[in-house]
Amino acid sequence: MASVSTDRTPVSGTGTVAGGQDSPPALAGYTLPEPLREFLPKVGWTLVSVGTFAALWEFLWFIGWADPKLLPPPHVFLGAFADQAKFFNTAQRWAIGVSPDAGPTPWQAVLITVVSSAMRVFIGITLAAILALSLGVAIRYWIVVERLTLPTVTLLSPVSPIAWLPVAIFLFGIGNAPAIFMVVIALFFHMTIATINHIDGVNRNLINVARTMGATKAQIYRRVIIPAILPGVFVILRLNLFGAWMVVLIAESTGVGYGLGQVIMLARNTFNPSLVFFCIALIGFLGFATDWAMRMTQKRVLYWVNDPSGVLRGL
Amino acid sequence: MIHRGCFVVSDNNTQTAGPAVSCRDVGKIWSAGTSRAHEALANIDLDIEPGEFVVLLGPSGCGKSTLLYLIAGLEQQTGGSLTYFGEQVKAPSPDRSLIFQETSLFPWLSVWENVSFGLQIRGESEPDRRAAAKDVLKRVGLTEAGSKRPDELSGGMRQRVAVARALAMRPRVLLMDEPFAALDVQTRQKMQDFLIDVWRDSGASVVFVTHHIDEAVALADRVCVFTSRPGRIKETVKVDLPRPRDPFSPECEALRKRLTQLLKDEVDRAFAEQEGMAEAV
Ligand SMILES: Nc1ncnc2c1ncn2[C@@H]1O[C@H](COP(=O)(O)OP(=O)(O)OP(=O)(O)O)[C@@H](O)[C@H]1O
Ligand SMILES: [Mg+2]
Repeated sequence: MASVSTDRTPVSGTGTVAGGQDSPPALAGYTLPEPLREFLPKVGWTLVSVGTFAALWEFLWFIGWADPKLLPPPHVFLGAFADQAKFFNTAQRWAIGVSPDAGPTPWQAVLITVVSSAMRVFIGITLAAILALSLGVAIRYWIVVERLTLPTVTLLSPVSPIAWLPVAIFLFGIGNAPAIFMVVIALFFHMTIATINHIDGVNRNLINVARTMGATKAQIYRRVIIPAILPGVFVILRLNLFGAWMVVLIAESTGVGYGLGQVIMLARNTFNPSLVFFCIALIGFLGFATDWAMRMTQKRVLYWVNDPSGVLRGL
Repeated sequence: MIHRGCFVVSDNNTQTAGPAVSCRDVGKIWSAGTSRAHEALANIDLDIEPGEFVVLLGPSGCGKSTLLYLIAGLEQQTGGSLTYFGEQVKAPSPDRSLIFQETSLFPWLSVWENVSFGLQIRGESEPDRRAAAKDVLKRVGLTEAGSKRPDELSGGMRQRVAVARALAMRPRVLLMDEPFAALDVQTRQKMQDFLIDVWRDSGASVVFVTHHIDEAVALADRVCVFTSRPGRIKETVKVDLPRPRDPFSPECEALRKRLTQLLKDEVDRAFAEQEGMAEAV
């Protein structure tokens, strides 16, 4: 009876099993970037959507309902690009003896401003994510850490980031540091709490599987809990992306020195609606681009999470 | 015996005498000492010999999974003593693999990585793990699926991967919690045949939970029928029939009839009790 097992395989005899597979199976789950044919329609629809909005605006201007001094249509605030861009040359403006026209070209000025703001957002988010993930895991890993830090974290998490603004300036003066500090502060506390919640929500069976295989506590955290909570943490990160942009703009508008937020403040103080809308368009574009970048990262890093939107659209 | 070598349990155990698992008056009260205390198991006396195939049969909620958790060491009993080769069970051990009732594959790992997860925990090298995974996957008929991800598999394939993952650890005791419940009749039949093969090759004890009487009849050396609320062993039925068993033989028919009766009484009792409780509320 025991000899039955020699060549019995539950799979129906297609003969594929017998042939030795020489090449080891490749590491699974590496998703290629979206093929172009899926990507282009998305871009197309985005342009159509934005274009329709712009066209409506232009139309309102054309029939005279939208006052170009208050609500300048796109062709006005985008058209005078060089004119607008000189306001971005803020870093130079403060220097004594430098004329407002000196310094980088308009394109460079806009680019410098945009990149500095974007870097603040990016660095802030990355720092906040790393810190919150570490503290959240540490809180669940060591009860001492929980007792020492969790009450404070819980207490501070509802405090609005605006309230931290003076602290940021006291501590870091002007420059990049206060803006980054603001982003970290705005995200850190509730991301920590979210991490803890996600750890508590990890499927018990997955943890038990690891336990029955003799995994140590450290192995369970490293190999089961952290991969299991990453998707949830990433969602929190994406949800907070716009918050991070907002906080950076606020920090910049109150005296980081330069950046998009400061240009907006300038536009407000000099009553320049064209500049305001130019900035709004820029910020909108940047937010869109960062969210897209995050989604791409999510697809790469969290290759095993299925995108449910396709299913939902099929309903 | 091509595959035999890779499933043989190491023979260095000198404690040949005595049962592999021994339960003495084991009881389990969930959330003991709180208002939500719930007695799931009581007075369980059960010895599982090395190499024995024991099937636990009982109505839903009678504590079968709970007993497996206790044997696995994932939970602690609240009464009695539970030993594994004479030693108190205090913590889980790779010697006792548990296949869970719900699918429990790691979604972020490919099939072969899932299968070799325990080997990685042990610190085995990647080539060794690949080879071992290939071996066990072949055994469950999933040679081709090694690089797939769990969510690309059918329910039955997933369950086979879970079986492969447990086998890769070469356990002395294989605890299986309704592993084939979600499978269609034909696949389940295949899986049962396959399980019997693996079990014979490995010499491991199997504790197999099911509420399918046919499954119990096909597999068991011994069937323990449970009562419900709290779970007790109502009756143990020895099955001394050679395998493979013809399910339509008179012996199997008789056995099926007996188990059906035992179980029916129990389910009736459980329902009556629940209705009684509902009226009392
Ligand atoms: N983690 C838990 N905490 C509290 N009570 C539990 C827990 N797990 C199970 N129970 C209770 O213990 C009893 C037995 O549960 P168990 O899962 O062992 O039943 P089972 O026999 O496996 O049922 P099924 O056939 O439906 O899987 C049930 O009444 C259940 O409510
Ligand atoms: Mg169960």
